[in-house]
Amino acid sequence: MSGFVRRQWAFILYPLGLLPAVWLVWQGQNGGLGADPVNVFERSLGLWAFRFLLICLALAPLQRMVRFNLLRFRRLTGLLAFFYAVLHLAAYVALDLQFDIRIFGRDLMHRPFIILGMAALALLLPLALTSNRWSMMRLKRGWKRLHRLVYGAAVLAGIHFFLSFKTLNRTSALYLGLLGLLLVARGPLVWSSVRRRVAGRP
Amino acid sequence: AEALKTHPGPYSGRLTPTPEEFVTGYNNFYEFGMEKDDPVSHSSDFHPLPWTLEIGGMVKKPQRLDVGALLKSSDIEERIYRMRCVEAWSMVIPWDGIPLAKLLQAAEPDSAAKYVAFESVVRPSEMPGQSSAFSGISWPYVEGLRLDEAMNPLTLLAVGIYGESLPNQNGAPIRLVVPWKYGFKGIKSIQRIRLTDKQPPTTWNRLAPEEYGFYANVNPQVDHPRWSQASERVIGSKTLFGTKRQPTLMFNGYEEQVADLYRGMNLHDNF
Repeated sequence: MSGFVRRQWAFILYPLGLLPAVWLVWQGQNGGLGADPVNVFERSLGLWAFRFLLICLALAPLQRMVRFNLLRFRRLTGLLAFFYAVLHLAAYVALDLQFDIRIFGRDLMHRPFIILGMAALALLLPLALTSNRWSMMRLKRGWKRLHRLVYGAAVLAGIHFFLSFKTLNRTSALYLGLLGLLLVARGPLVWSSVRRRVAGRP
Repeated sequence: AEALKTHPGPYSGRLTPTPEEFVTGYNNFYEFGMEKDDPVSHSSDFHPLPWTLEIGGMVKKPQRLDVGALLKSSDIEERIYRMRCVEAWSMVIPWDGIPLAKLLQAAEPDSAAKYVAFESVVRPSEMPGQSSAFSGISWPYVEGLRLDEAMNPLTLLAVGIYGESLPNQNGAPIRLVVPWKYGFKGIKSIQRIRLTDKQPPTTWNRLAPEEYGFYANVNPQVDHPRWSQASERVIGSKTLFGTKRQPTLMFNGYEEQVADLYRGMNLHDNF
């Protein structure tokens, strides 16, 4: 069994990652999300997207501490982050705005809060589309460079998340602290790759 | 909550109140915490009575109002009003209270008085949100109205909802209701009312002046920087796919009663 789990983890972890969404929909239809279910639903989906993005970013720094191969879960967590971000946007447009395209259009033109969230999603899109073996082989070294966009997406999503509250609070402080920590933890890797590139030039 | 002797007041129209469980379970009252269910779950240590409401400043006859006695009086009117939160959701609430104008007239404002300043209560031992390091709000919560807004017959000091005295989470024992303005203008648990000739500071304006103005009139044409105010989610459905959205009305539907207060004023600048 444990051998099967090790080889076929994707079959178990992908459905597991979808459970929060299923649970939220079930709660939403059964009075579990309170007086303003749409608001709680869309915020929770956004938070799950951000959580998976943070887990994805945490895997490389954590890898240095464990013998177990964590890096192979980056595709899983990254795709789940993208999936929840898409659901988050869909909930906003369909359930909250109820397809009022005029409001959505003005959001996209005028509101930094919304624009930042959309930009984060836009950065995740090419990453999700190229999260497969075929793209990795085709893009070769470019694949790695492309996937550094995940840091940009995380920063944009972090600001969007911070702006979704009226004031600083425990939740936003916690998640922004985690994001800051992860960016700092990645600092040495980024720095060494910069140095390598500089040193490699004649 | 104790039952009140109320009689129907004007302006209620044909509104159907939101079910009570939503009105008493979904509140913004940062003194008790920042989540919507914090006020109902963290306000049981708050003891609103006995309570004295002071009315002073630029008045000829300062007043000290015994709110406990007011709760027993037969002057209390029922007013069913729309409540539009600045966060783009709305309810319909049957308030029980007395017009603010009645109290202000008894105090006889000086002719130089132009504004009314309101101040809420500071009791960190009973209000856990006041000792939280977060939020950045400096207590007490303060609000303000222009004197003519305060004297408008719609403006109410509420002591109850649904025919009973206010639950703690809704602002016991006495709170302001200004139905054509966003909900945050409705300062809760009021201790002091002061008449003044200068525009008083208001809590949310101090915190984020580009997002929350002094007037805070409900206006579907003036958006919040982060979201549209053109329409609102209607609180009252417990299901995700049953939630309705409706257009927001100018002055929250009270244009007829209050539009004159703002004739000639640029409502985009004075948001």
